[in-house]
Amino acid sequence: MMGYENQGHEEAHLYATPAEMESLVLTDNDDSSHHQSQPNHHHPLSSSLPFAAQIPTDDDHLLASPSFLTHSQSQSQNPIPNHSSSSSSFKFILEPPSYADAVFRSFDGDHINETNGHDSSSGDLSSSPPSTVEYLSISVSDPQKEQDLANSLVSGGNTYVTYLITTRTNLPDFNGSEFSVRRRFKDVVTLSDRLSESYRGFFIPIRPDKNVVESQVMQKQEFVEQRRVALEKYLRRLAAHPVIRRSDELRSFLEVDGRLPLVRNTDVASRMLDGAVKLPRQLFGESVGGAVDVSEVVQPAKGGRDLLRLFKELKQSVTNDWGGAKPPVVEEDKEFLEKKEKLQDFEQQISNVSQQAESLVKAQQDIGETMGQLGLAFVKLTKFETEEAVYETQRVRAADMKSVATAAVKASRLYRELTAQTVKHLDKLHEYLGAMLAVNQAFSDRSSALLTVQTLLSELSSLHLRIEKLEAASSKIFGGDRARIRKIDELKETVRATEDAKSCAIREYERIKENNKNELERLDKERHDDFFNMLKGFVVNQAGYAEKMASVWDMVAEETIGYAKDGS
Amino acid sequence: MQQRSFSGVSQSPRSPSKQPPYLAVSVTDPAKMGNGVQAYISYKVITKTNLPEYQGLEKIVIRRYSDFVWLRDRLFEKYKGIFIPPLPEKSTVGTNKALSCAEKFRFTAEFIEMRRQALDIFVNRIASHHELQQSEDLRIFLQADEQTMERARSQETGIFKKKPADLMQIFKDVQSRVSDVVLGKEKPVEESNPDYEKLKRYVFELEDHLAEAQKHAYRLVKRHRELGQSLSDFGRAVKLLGACEGEALGKAFSELGTKSEMLSVKLQKEAQHLLMNFEEPLKDYVRAVHSVKGTIAERAAAFRQHCDLAETIKLKEIDLNKLRLTRSERTVDAEHEYEELKADGEEARRRFEMIVRLMNEEMVRFQEEKTLDVGLAFHEFAKGQSRLANAIADAWRSLLPKLEACSSS
Repeated sequence: MMGYENQGHEEAHLYATPAEMESLVLTDNDDSSHHQSQPNHHHPLSSSLPFAAQIPTDDDHLLASPSFLTHSQSQSQNPIPNHSSSSSSFKFILEPPSYADAVFRSFDGDHINETNGHDSSSGDLSSSPPSTVEYLSISVSDPQKEQDLANSLVSGGNTYVTYLITTRTNLPDFNGSEFSVRRRFKDVVTLSDRLSESYRGFFIPIRPDKNVVESQVMQKQEFVEQRRVALEKYLRRLAAHPVIRRSDELRSFLEVDGRLPLVRNTDVASRMLDGAVKLPRQLFGESVGGAVDVSEVVQPAKGGRDLLRLFKELKQSVTNDWGGAKPPVVEEDKEFLEKKEKLQDFEQQISNVSQQAESLVKAQQDIGETMGQLGLAFVKLTKFETEEAVYETQRVRAADMKSVATAAVKASRLYRELTAQTVKHLDKLHEYLGAMLAVNQAFSDRSSALLTVQTLLSELSSLHLRIEKLEAASSKIFGGDRARIRKIDELKETVRATEDAKSCAIREYERIKENNKNELERLDKERHDDFFNMLKGFVVNQAGYAEKMASVWDMVAEETIGYAKDGS
Repeated sequence: MQQRSFSGVSQSPRSPSKQPPYLAVSVTDPAKMGNGVQAYISYKVITKTNLPEYQGLEKIVIRRYSDFVWLRDRLFEKYKGIFIPPLPEKSTVGTNKALSCAEKFRFTAEFIEMRRQALDIFVNRIASHHELQQSEDLRIFLQADEQTMERARSQETGIFKKKPADLMQIFKDVQSRVSDVVLGKEKPVEESNPDYEKLKRYVFELEDHLAEAQKHAYRLVKRHRELGQSLSDFGRAVKLLGACEGEALGKAFSELGTKSEMLSVKLQKEAQHLLMNFEEPLKDYVRAVHSVKGTIAERAAAFRQHCDLAETIKLKEIDLNKLRLTRSERTVDAEHEYEELKADGEEARRRFEMIVRLMNEEMVRFQEEKTLDVGLAFHEFAKGQSRLANAIADAWRSLLPKLEACSSS
């Protein structure tokens, strides 16, 4: 019928698997009559289908291969497949694999998953099949309004929304395999904060925004639903992280009924007061209290009680940037610096691709819409001509128009589905953009830990300097200088405490560096897998829907071929 | 363009050759002439014929758009009742709004080709119409040298050309229904023919439907272009990402980007094909319906003239009888006038009836022609969409083995 049909075959054979190459002969179109499906030339019975069956996607349901795929899979082992027709024992049409049906199966599969929060997928970001031993599956559902009785100063009280967090798991850390708790958004914020403190250097998924403005402006129901979806995504990401999923914080959040046992940050005011007492302890190690609380050193300086520490670290960072001398310890790891730069480049490119992907999706959507409108216009015209027909030619025209209208409407529907699927695939890009936030956070954990080390080292060196000076001054006085000697002793105490703090800080820094390194490796691997799956999914999707559309239009072209001029 | 098959060409007894008579015309080679404000496009009109009325087997003349307008105006005047083939619009203003600068530039080359195609179809329709092909004006158009043509063209302005205002008035009269009666204005004279009423309603409603379909067809062309553009941008962005990724994944992204860019080109091509072979025929259909409306207006004018004269004749008869009774000297003159009026009335009635007869025949021809034209347009549309979809499917499918190869590394 059309010249390109043969061209398609020629092209197709270039992409055959090696097994088929040996007995490759291109037939003419006779053989297509042996296949029972549609009159188009893309047949699922192709023996070159192995990749279609093997393509892993995020969606488990796709792995239930339709029967024709498994049939051809077994065929592909044998380079000379058994076709039903006798004449084709050595020849077979090397059809390019048809993804049309695979695509539609996946579409149906996804439909089942669309229902509100009752998804049994593992939430794994990687593409490993669900038959792995460990799983941790979380869903968020059933938003309910509740009263905040404790803090209600005003009658009527403070209402807030809680969500039902349902967990299904076989991990040994948990007490049980299926359980639920109710949590509110504040609890999620707490969880997120605790995790950032405990897992510095890790790429911790970023929690959903508080969206204060939106919560006032949007319709309550819409906002709650939006939040529910975001929470579910967030918790699933946490569950997918190999280290975080085993964390105590997450476990408590998921299984401890009633109030969340994670301690919230004390408010700033009380910390300021604390600071007044603890300030000396922090870095000077006065006789009161003695050793510095090590865990405080480990945390980055926050506001309030760490005011003095903040000042010192700020001074240090300024020295780092503007001072003439190099800071005592620098980020030397060349590999890390290279990786960091690459990641920054990556982030930019991802952002760019993500933007273009959005435009692409919109353009696809638009063309589908316009196609639909065109179809409808023709439907109306068909109806009109049919009703008003006086001549037979009008009825013929109306019939032609009807098939075009039907095809256009079908094509429009296909575009709509294609767009929905494309969005899902390309969503991976958005996810990675989000992941970059986590990466940046982890890198900044590293820098702030380094800054702490640098500050302590500077502190130490200035302390030593002071001791030297005092000793020098003191030695000049015959019999010793009581006051100065006492001061020297105090300073030496401080030095010891500071040394402890320094060792601690260095250990922490090294720990964070190690975390960064492991996480970068994990990111690389996951990114590799995720993006390949994304690409495959995208390509299969596009190919499948294009095939469907081609067959729709092929039919119309066939029907109207009588109008074609010779040699068209 | 193509040779239309001939039916109904009167075989001249002097035709020497045994070959069946043919008249094949094509409009080609648009060329820009002149500079600045005076610039215009000229076309080569090539006539191949063995009809004796024409000089020689082949003739090439140079014509411009206003020459085509001249031809159409002449035919419209002389062949009332026949749906004269429509011309493409005079200017681009008002036809395609909301074009970007880049589009406007492209539109120029596009526009010229579209116009050439439309003019070619126009002349061919005339040449294959059993009545119109015999027109003297057509012969002049196809054969006269440029100076003669120019003279003829400049002569006609003012004499035959109906002012647009008059035509609008006729349209309004035809369309007015109850409103005038309700307002107590003089009821316009209209035929009371239910079939004809139905036909008129059909024509007016058809135009609305067609205009809507054509609007969406044009939008669809734009959407193809937009999709092509975003695929191209997407491809480029993906390639950049591939460059920063490197290794297998980078290669995969590069391949994807390249395919996207390739498909973008295909989409632009398809947009062009869609414009020329689907949207343009729909626009042509709308123009043809306008032409029918023009004939409807002519018929209404002829009917009114016929009625007016009949009215006048009746009055004159009454007058004449009065005069005859009174044996006035003016009787003889009155008799002459009466006879003249009767002749005019007869003429008007004949003209009107011819228009009616021709219109009936034309309606049949029109419906046939449109079914063929639209059928072809549908075929081209479906073919184009199928071709595009297949190209897209092939391109993405071909990528998969490469992706597989890359991912396993």
